[in-house]
Amino acid sequence: MTTVVLIAIAALAFLAYFFGRSQAMAVAGGDPRSLHSLPSYYGHFAMLWVMLPALGLLVAWSASIPSLLEWFVLSGLPESVRGLPADQLERFLQDARYLASGNIPSREPTREVIAAAERFGRLGETADLALLALVFAAAASGFGYARSRIATSLRARNRVEQIVMLLLIACSTIAVLTTVGIVFSLVFEALRFFSMISPAEFLFGLEWSPQTALRADQVGSSGAFGAIPIFMGTALITAIAMSVAVPVGLMSAIYLADYASDRVRAVGKPMLEILAGIPTVVYGFFAALTVAPLIRGWGESLGLDVASESAMAAGLIMGVMIIPFVSSLSDDVLSAVPYSLREGSFGLGATKSETIRQVVLPAALPGIVGAILLAISRAIGETMIVVMAAGLAANLTANPLEAVTTVTVQIVTLLVGDQEFDSAKTLAAFALGLVLFFITLVLNVIALRVVRRYREQYE
Amino acid sequence: MSDVSDFSEPSDAHSFRNTEAADRRLRKRHAAERRFRFYGAAAVSIALLALAALIFDIVGKGHGAFQRHVLTLQIYFDPDVIDPRGDRSSQSLRMGNYTSLVRNSLTEIFSGATGRSDRRSLGSLVSTGAAFQLQDMVMADPSLVGERRLVTVPFADDADMYYKGYIRADTPEVDRRLLDTQIAWLDQLERRGHTHSEFNANFFTSGDSREPELAGILGALTGSILTLCVTLLLSFPLGVASAIYLEEFAPKNRWTDLIEVNINNLAAVPSIVFGLLGLGMFLNVFGFPRSAPLIGGMVLALMTLPTIIIAGRAALKAVPPSIREAAMSMGASPLQVVLQHVLPLAMPGILTGTIIGMAQALGETAPLLMIGMVAFIVDIPSAFTSPATVLPVQIFLWSDSPERAFVEKTSAAIMVLLLFLMAMNLAAVLLRQRFERRW
Amino acid sequence: MSADTKVEARDVSVYYGKKQALFNVDLDIDSRQVTSLIGPSGCGKSTFLRCVNRMNDTIEGCRVQGKIRLDGEDIHDRTLDPVKLRARVGMVFQKPNPFPKSIYDNVAYGPRLHGLVSRKDETEELVRSSLQRAGLWQEVEDRIHEPGTSLSGGQQQRLCIARAIAVRPEVILMDEPCSALDPIATARIEELIDELRENFTIVIVTHSMQQAARVSQRTAFFHLGILVEEGDTEKIFTSPTDKRTQDYITGRSG
Repeated sequence: MTTVVLIAIAALAFLAYFFGRSQAMAVAGGDPRSLHSLPSYYGHFAMLWVMLPALGLLVAWSASIPSLLEWFVLSGLPESVRGLPADQLERFLQDARYLASGNIPSREPTREVIAAAERFGRLGETADLALLALVFAAAASGFGYARSRIATSLRARNRVEQIVMLLLIACSTIAVLTTVGIVFSLVFEALRFFSMISPAEFLFGLEWSPQTALRADQVGSSGAFGAIPIFMGTALITAIAMSVAVPVGLMSAIYLADYASDRVRAVGKPMLEILAGIPTVVYGFFAALTVAPLIRGWGESLGLDVASESAMAAGLIMGVMIIPFVSSLSDDVLSAVPYSLREGSFGLGATKSETIRQVVLPAALPGIVGAILLAISRAIGETMIVVMAAGLAANLTANPLEAVTTVTVQIVTLLVGDQEFDSAKTLAAFALGLVLFFITLVLNVIALRVVRRYREQYE
Repeated sequence: MSDVSDFSEPSDAHSFRNTEAADRRLRKRHAAERRFRFYGAAAVSIALLALAALIFDIVGKGHGAFQRHVLTLQIYFDPDVIDPRGDRSSQSLRMGNYTSLVRNSLTEIFSGATGRSDRRSLGSLVSTGAAFQLQDMVMADPSLVGERRLVTVPFADDADMYYKGYIRADTPEVDRRLLDTQIAWLDQLERRGHTHSEFNANFFTSGDSREPELAGILGALTGSILTLCVTLLLSFPLGVASAIYLEEFAPKNRWTDLIEVNINNLAAVPSIVFGLLGLGMFLNVFGFPRSAPLIGGMVLALMTLPTIIIAGRAALKAVPPSIREAAMSMGASPLQVVLQHVLPLAMPGILTGTIIGMAQALGETAPLLMIGMVAFIVDIPSAFTSPATVLPVQIFLWSDSPERAFVEKTSAAIMVLLLFLMAMNLAAVLLRQRFERRW
Repeated sequence: MSADTKVEARDVSVYYGKKQALFNVDLDIDSRQVTSLIGPSGCGKSTFLRCVNRMNDTIEGCRVQGKIRLDGEDIHDRTLDPVKLRARVGMVFQKPNPFPKSIYDNVAYGPRLHGLVSRKDETEELVRSSLQRAGLWQEVEDRIHEPGTSLSGGQQQRLCIARAIAVRPEVILMDEPCSALDPIATARIEELIDELRENFTIVIVTHSMQQAARVSQRTAFFHLGILVEEGDTEKIFTSPTDKRTQDYITGRSG
């Protein structure tokens, strides 16, 4: 339906453009010079006035209609259905919607479901017609307004430019709205979680088992929500990843910039970029199916007890994934160190490595610290590698050969599959998400500031 | 100066430099230099080796998926089996037991296999898809009933794995998924020339399936394309508009500072957080459908927006002010200057950034898991709101399956995904080279 | 080669990639004197200077032909280590380039590299004396551990000179050391150069003829990569033999 409406709006806007232009020519008596602006601006003026109200209406409508429909359908259903617990009600509505859209639901539909599906279908059709009518009305009134304004004195270009400028400004606020949206949805659900589980228990508890109740009388009654083991697991895997990515990434950047011949550089740099372009799900597959068994095999041949989902495998591969990130950031940072410093050092008889270690690296230190912070933020937020290669059980351990779990793994586990939006188990994912967002935000802001200061120093 | 001149006497230093100790020291310094250089080369090698290992591993595991083994059977379309009512009507034909046709044909070859369990283990060598294939043939042409035809049907995954050498006859029977008898049959089929291997077109033309030999990537690929369309349609105009405003018109004040900080930060926010945004806002607040490419595209659009804005601003910044001044002096309004003169010149740069952003979006998995694009979906999605999955999620789903054949499928799907990504990145590189300007 | 020739260049040509920047230069540089290299921009004077301590090695695609001898020793000899050479031939650059370290560490950097000092008191003594020689000690005595970059431009350049002489070189090359400085700072550096002449052989590239006249005993004039004329500074400035030198000195070209 939306597609139809969009096409209709586009067609109307197109017509409006030509109408506006020809009307401008008409009021000008065929002489475009008597107009304030070029005739095409009058066309654009009419077009914008047709398009924008209609599009705005469409967006508002699409955002609100699903919940409105649901409300209408529910209000027509018997008390026995409306009284269902939230999760059953949700499933009921899902079945009805599914049925209404012409699919065969997985379970045999009950009479109530069929009735609801019919209501969905009927109301949906009505809503579609109403939308079409409203969009036409909006387009028509916009058109009427534009038409009444077209005259030789209309400063069409200025008006069009004003509107376009407003649109540009609106677009640029999307970034802020996104952040607001993230914070809003995380905080809102996290608050619901914290009304069941105290923040102190969440942040400092040592036991994490959201699936099973430890005691029957426990708050939330579905498990233990002490997130320390998860944070420690995240820290462990991040530490392993960093101990691979930072030395290898930094040394690669130094080697490619200062030592490698042109040919090696011409091959090496794009190769590293390929490493950066590989999707994380691919790394996850590689870690889980190839690297983890390999590490396990080596460990066992050394007589070590290695978990099949060891932190080591996930951490190592995550490190490999972050190598190009560290190396390209360090490359930027190192090349910002003025060449005159290197020359000064060479001039005193320093070798290349002495120059790099004693002059360039100290000079670049703030930038490198910033780059490492960004890399850490990346490692903490990385999801697929750990989902596929790290464990689910929240062990509190610092042994890289054991299985640990991470914040992102838990978010995915808690949210994929059937969800009940009232249970502490599901809401816990949002609390974890909030922690994740907050930590990465702090790291990013500090890192970006450090790097910017550093750059300004040498500009 | 007399208090220092004696020490600064160059000849002193000169003589010091030629001592044994100085030479030793110099040798040590050069050794340190070589070590450092070696560490650098080692670092690059480690990174490249990891890349090579990954690629070899994936290709090694996945190349087999593009071939499959098929079996040519003499099928007798037995009316008693497939036409229970005997009236050749489509209702009757639909009720037929086509699995039996395959089994009958196989027992014709292996007359020794007569017991129930033998028949079953013999039949399980052939894909369950064979029955559907025969049914489709008969439904399309009811005159086949009662006829004998040579039909080529796919093997089941385990049989295919045996032919490809992943299941070996010398492993103990309890440790493999095929019985000794089954292996003997497979060997015979091969010896008698009933089997051959062919290009596995099915992999590119089917949706997901629980049976590895029937599973294909078309559904996921379609889902990816639909999702990317939405992402592109949303993020490109929004990104370019934001970049234009921020780079060309925005006053320098706290609000634009805030926007700037926001964009830089959003570029570094973990992708899964965008998934939580999609779940919390789009699904829970607005009530949009789960598993839909539309919503996936919206989430990915928000995620790629910062990439496009940052690239766009860089491209706009690279257009020299002289172009703006020249256009301005011709009486163009600031907006005209930007839209008609600056933007076209910046477009290659913006497009390069957009392609890179799209490549990121194509490879993204985590946020889509949050909004339910992780369901088992057999049908090829046909609309922006129909349930769908995408290629990376398909890879994730398959990688979780225990069958050996799915490892092959997963690797092959990864190869397809990497191919797409490589094509996109190549396009970006070419675009950059083609239009790179020196002002 | 006379007894007090320090550096002897014979038939030196330099190429940057395919472009030849210096053509067959023969030049002797006398010990414990200041030699200035003058000429219009791009004439090859800096290129020649950078040959003397093989700084051109660090530039990719740069090739040097011909012989340069330091105390009769070929500096391109395979047995001669450029690291060692640069310890004997120090350099001061156009733009002051103190390392982002403390003043103390800036001066101590070179001696520590070459193992000229091993104990803390030795280092302190060397830093102090080098700063004294560079005429900076009094100004920085009480803030020796502040970053070198916190000094003024002229002070930074004197710090760089202190840094260079701390390694106890025999020759100091100066590549337009005053071009980024104001006249007062320039005057200080020029004074300093004059003092340093007692102990060091100094080669200075300058685009200011007045500076060349003030500080140097000998002058070489480069034009388009060719050494046109060299001799006593006084003679070059009063009675140049070559027309090109004459034009440059009287301001008709350059």
